[in-house]
Formats: sequence, structure tokens, C-alpha cells
Amino acid sequence: MVDSALEAPGAGSSLRRARLWLSATFWRHRWVRLAVLLLPPVLAFLVVYVGALGSLFVSAFWAVDAFTGKIIHVWNLDNFRDLFGSGGTYLRIAGRTIGIAAAVTALDAIIAFPLAYYMARVAKPRMRTLLLVAILLPLWSSYLVRIYAWRTILGHDGALNWLLNKVGIGDVDLLYTNWGMLIVFTYIWLPFMVIPVYAALERIPDNFLEASADLGAKAWRTFRSVLLPLALPGIVAGSIFTFSLTLGDFITPLLVGGGKNNFIGNVVEDYIGVNSNIPFAAAFATIPVLVMALYLIIARRLGAFEAL
Amino acid sequence: MKRKWRRVAGLGAGIALVGATAFLAAGCGGGGGNAETRTTVSGLPQSIGKGEGALNLIEWPYYSDPAFAKPFEQQTGCKIKRKDAGSSNQMVALMRTGGGGGGGEYDMVSASGDASLRLIAGGDVRPVNVDLIPSWKDFLPILQSPPHNTVGGVHYGVSLQWGPNVLLYDPNKITPAPKTWSPIYDAKYKGQISIPNNPIQIADAALYLSSTKPDLGIKDPYELTQKQFDATIDLLKQQKPLVKLYWVYDTDARSAFANGDVSLAAAWPVDTLNLQKKDVPVGETTPAKVTGWADTWMIAKRAPHPNCAYLWMKYVSTPKVQAQQALIFGETPANPKACPIMNQMEAGSCSRYHLDEPDAYYNSIKFWKTPVADCGNGEKNCIDYNEWQKAWTQITG
Repeated sequence: MVDSALEAPGAGSSLRRARLWLSATFWRHRWVRLAVLLLPPVLAFLVVYVGALGSLFVSAFWAVDAFTGKIIHVWNLDNFRDLFGSGGTYLRIAGRTIGIAAAVTALDAIIAFPLAYYMARVAKPRMRTLLLVAILLPLWSSYLVRIYAWRTILGHDGALNWLLNKVGIGDVDLLYTNWGMLIVFTYIWLPFMVIPVYAALERIPDNFLEASADLGAKAWRTFRSVLLPLALPGIVAGSIFTFSLTLGDFITPLLVGGGKNNFIGNVVEDYIGVNSNIPFAAAFATIPVLVMALYLIIARRLGAFEAL
Repeated sequence: MKRKWRRVAGLGAGIALVGATAFLAAGCGGGGGNAETRTTVSGLPQSIGKGEGALNLIEWPYYSDPAFAKPFEQQTGCKIKRKDAGSSNQMVALMRTGGGGGGGEYDMVSASGDASLRLIAGGDVRPVNVDLIPSWKDFLPILQSPPHNTVGGVHYGVSLQWGPNVLLYDPNKITPAPKTWSPIYDAKYKGQISIPNNPIQIADAALYLSSTKPDLGIKDPYELTQKQFDATIDLLKQQKPLVKLYWVYDTDARSAFANGDVSLAAAWPVDTLNLQKKDVPVGETTPAKVTGWADTWMIAKRAPHPNCAYLWMKYVSTPKVQAQQALIFGETPANPKACPIMNQMEAGSCSRYHLDEPDAYYNSIKFWKTPVADCGNGEKNCIDYNEWQKAWTQITG
């Protein structure tokens, strides 16, 4: 339609020629076509993602003038010296953040595996759909609502203690502790572990398990030698989510940690929001970036990217 | 929400205040300061002219609540345009770009204790002739010319509302009723204590040490030498294992109290009242030495509607409006004549918000101001707010 409308004499033919030339060029030089196609998204990626990371890294080497509050563009390592000095405060916070992120990941994997196995290989289609919905439904509600719900569960006069008192165990004080945070994080990120593990388990052909049984392997041996290695990329893929999401969180520590179990994110927020010391915040924020980079390299080795 | 930010971020925004050091040194110091005082004062308006028809406010959300702002607009014809601020930092930034240095957009800001000094130091606000505010003479003496809005005898605004920081306790678990701050540092109450998650809490600890360790010689909890500061930080580090919750929102302190998570909390009178309304057993003590916060309405240096600004200051200082605002926000008025009106609106509310206390009570309150290196005695060996913030991160981290 458009073409025929444009095909006025003269102007139309030169336009047509240009179009032909263009398509011929694209055909002859494949790389031109590729470049034109990929340039915008790659450019956006470079500017938005890599550029932001780069400027973060660069500003970590600047300083703040205590008198005016302005950033001084003088290269120095003071921020990193503070980070590793200061009586070990920041290392302790980083250690807590990474430790809890690792614990959440392990706990989520342990909970998600049997659940995903049941969904993928045992449950009837109806049950499977029901479980999938049940796991994904919480993601539709606000993250904050779920955290506040857990606060009422874990509080001293909360639902958990009420239940424990009913069965005669007595009070436990989990709110405003590391244990409380571990529970809330494990709950909140569980769907991100279940789904990739479910996908990995579903892909394992039934005859692999039959072959294992035919060769005389008991259930445990089949799990160890067949199921687990084949599901591992799914577990690692899920762990990328649970680990990185916990590593970067600052709301749960704020609301469930009680202000004395801070994460890297809380310190970053304090330094930017209250103190306007962006260089130090940037220096501290490089730690999770480095940890995550290391983690991704290991995950790649374990084949997690094929399971994504 | 508002509560949290005004105090945490509000207080927090320390860095730029360091600039106040230089200013204060110039203002309080030699003869140059006096000359400056004279010239500024001579430029003050001697009467309030006709309103310009508009008033642009930077305020804590709802600080010009329609309940009392509507009648003002009808009386004066000054139509109010509001800009809510989430923190003292934001207030200062808005004033820098659109009020004082930048110019011409905003007329006034409802600055809290620390921001007010920063705005004065930055030249963002103009001196105010308090003689044009009739109710000013009725204010609590401590809020007529407090150091956070009056520098070298020059007024840079009119006090508005304030509140003391008090000790809440559960009368069923804490007996006898505490009279000092000592329970929140007492290992006996491990895991039952909640205090604000805020570097200014260092001042509260310093204030406590000023009575328990007089040999440290702490006179002003916001002006600490290295030795006094270190002793205070030590106390707070010992306190940390006892603390269940460092609260960010005062509603968190309330819910922790209501749910039995804590039975001792450093909080505000409004929290006591809120808990009492929910029938939570709670007692309140104002120890002999306490800190407190206070807000000030200030006029931007390049305010486009100065007459409306003066009319507004005059209006919000009157007893009725003071009472209205106090009960809407759970604050205490600067004008004690609001007392009977508060009681009319809500029986007994005046004394619940501590507006009928003897002078000794008010004189014991150390209103917060951001710590600067200048100790006020010519020496520059005090710990500034930047260090307070770092120390607080190390205590709670």
C-alpha cells in the first residue's frame, strides 16, 4: 500500500533505488545489518548498566568536603581505608550481609527441592497448577505487606508465640534478630528458587530414573547420581536470584532487623540519604558487586546459565 | 512517616552545618559581628503591609493543614501553595534553589532545629522583626530566642511547635517507676529497650553522663570534646546488647511496645497518648535532663510575598491555631496561651503535652542543634556531626 503510493514518477524511482541499494548492502555485508539491529540496545546497556556501575566505581575514589558537603574530585583511597579500618564495623556488616544471603540461599534450596520435585514429577496436573498458583500468588502482593505480616507473626505477642505457648514450648523472641531476618528472607525469595528448580526437574526424562533403577540403584543413589546433578543448574540459577536479592536488600533489615543488624544497603542509605557522603557509599557498594561477580563466575561453571 | 524523616534525616543532615561554624564565629565574635547585627536589624519592616495574594510554603506535610489554613486564606486573601518536604536536607536544598540563594519562588520554610542554623549560615533566610508578631511575647521564654533560630541577637524566624524526648515504660514490668534515664542503660532490662535509630541519640547519652559522671565536665550535650565524646560512645556500645529495637519510625516503637517486644522506650509524648488510647499499659517519665526538638517558620531571603509571610507567622502564633496544630500533629505549642483552647478541644490535653509545666521543666530541655566543631567558647575542639554519624554507624552496625 505504502509502496505503491510512493511510486510517483521521478521521486519514486530514486527512493526505490535507495531502498534496493540498502537491502543489497545489508545482504552483502551481514555485519552492517547486525550492527544496525544491535546498536541501540547495546548502547543503552552500556550507558545505563555499565555506565552506572563505572561511575559508581569511579566516585568511590573521591571524597566529600566536610565543610561544604560538596564532592571533591581528588583521587584517594581514604574511603577504602575507612571501609577496612574503623574497628571492623563495615567488614562486620558486609560479613553479616553475605552470611545471611548464603544461609537464605541454602535454606531456600532445601525447601524448594522436595516441593519442586513433587510438583514436577508426582502431582497430578490439577494439583500442579494449584501449587504453582499458591507459590506465585504472594508475588502479586506488596513486598512491604508481607514483611509487616511477618512482624506480627514473629513479635513477642505474635501468632508464633501464641502457637508455641499452646503446645507448651514457651516464648521465643525472633523479631529484631538475625534469625527473624533469615526466616523472612527465606519466605520472601522462595518462589525465585522453586520455579527454576521445578523447570530443571521437569526436563529430566522418566527413563533416566528407570534406567537407574534397572541398574540396581536405590532411591538415595538415584537422587545423588542422577537427579541432583541434572537439577543442579536449576538450583544454581535459583540461587543467583535468592543470593543477589538478599545481598541488595535493605528494607527487611530495617523493619525486621531492629536497626542493630544492618546490611550493606542500610549503610549505603544512611550515607547517601542522611550524610550526603556518596563516595563512601559507592566504596561500600562495590563489595556486593564484587561478591556477585565472583558468584556469577562460579554459577557459570556449574552450568546455571543453561537452565535460565 | 513525617515524624521519622523530620527527626532522622532532619537531624542527620549535618555536613553543611559545619559551615555554620564559620558564620557563628563571625556573628558572635568580634566587633564585626555587632556591626552586622545593627545593619540587619535596621533593615527590618516596621509594619505589615497588605497581603500580596499568595504564599508559597515549604513545609512538613500538612503543616498548613486546611483546618486552620482555610480561614487564613479567607481573612487575608493570601492563597497558600504548598511544597511538602521529606527531610531537612530537602528543605535546605529547596530553599537554596528556590528560596534564598536561587530565589523568588518560596516565601517560607518550617525548618527544624538543625536545618534552621544551616539556612541562617547559608544566607537563605532573612531576619525577622518579632515585634510584628504580637503572640511572640506570650511564647515560652525558652522558645522566644532559642539558639537554633536566633544568632547574635538577630531573630531568623518564629518558633512554632516542639516536643520533649521522654521515657516510656511498662508499669507492670518496670517497678518502681523510673525517674531517670538509667533503666535504658541497665543490664537488668536486656532485650526490653528501644531507642531512636538516630545519631542525635549520642546527645541523650552525653546528657545522661553529665549527671552520672560529672568529672567529664559535659555542659552542653551537643558540644563534646574528644574525651567526652569517647566516653559517650563507650556507654552506647555497652548499651547495644541491651537494645531490642533501634526505632526509625516512632510508630515502630509504639507497636513494639504494644506487642510486648519492649517495655522501655525513649520516645515522644504523642506515643504515650497513642498507646493509652489503645489501652496499652504505659507510663511516661520526663527525667530531670532531657533533649527535645523544635520547629521554626522562617522567611526566605528573596521571598516574593513577605507581607503574606508575616501575616502567616502572626496567624499561626495565635493561641487557637497553635492549639489546633498541636492536636493535629501531637506536638506542643510554643504559645502557652493555647492551653485552655487545647483543653476545650480535648479535655486534659494541655498537661498531657506538657504545656502547663513550671519554668524549671522547660529550662531542663536541651533542644537539639547540629553539633559543630566550634564549642562556642572560642575553642574549635568539639566533635562535629560528621563524626557523630560515623560513630553511630559503628555503634549500631
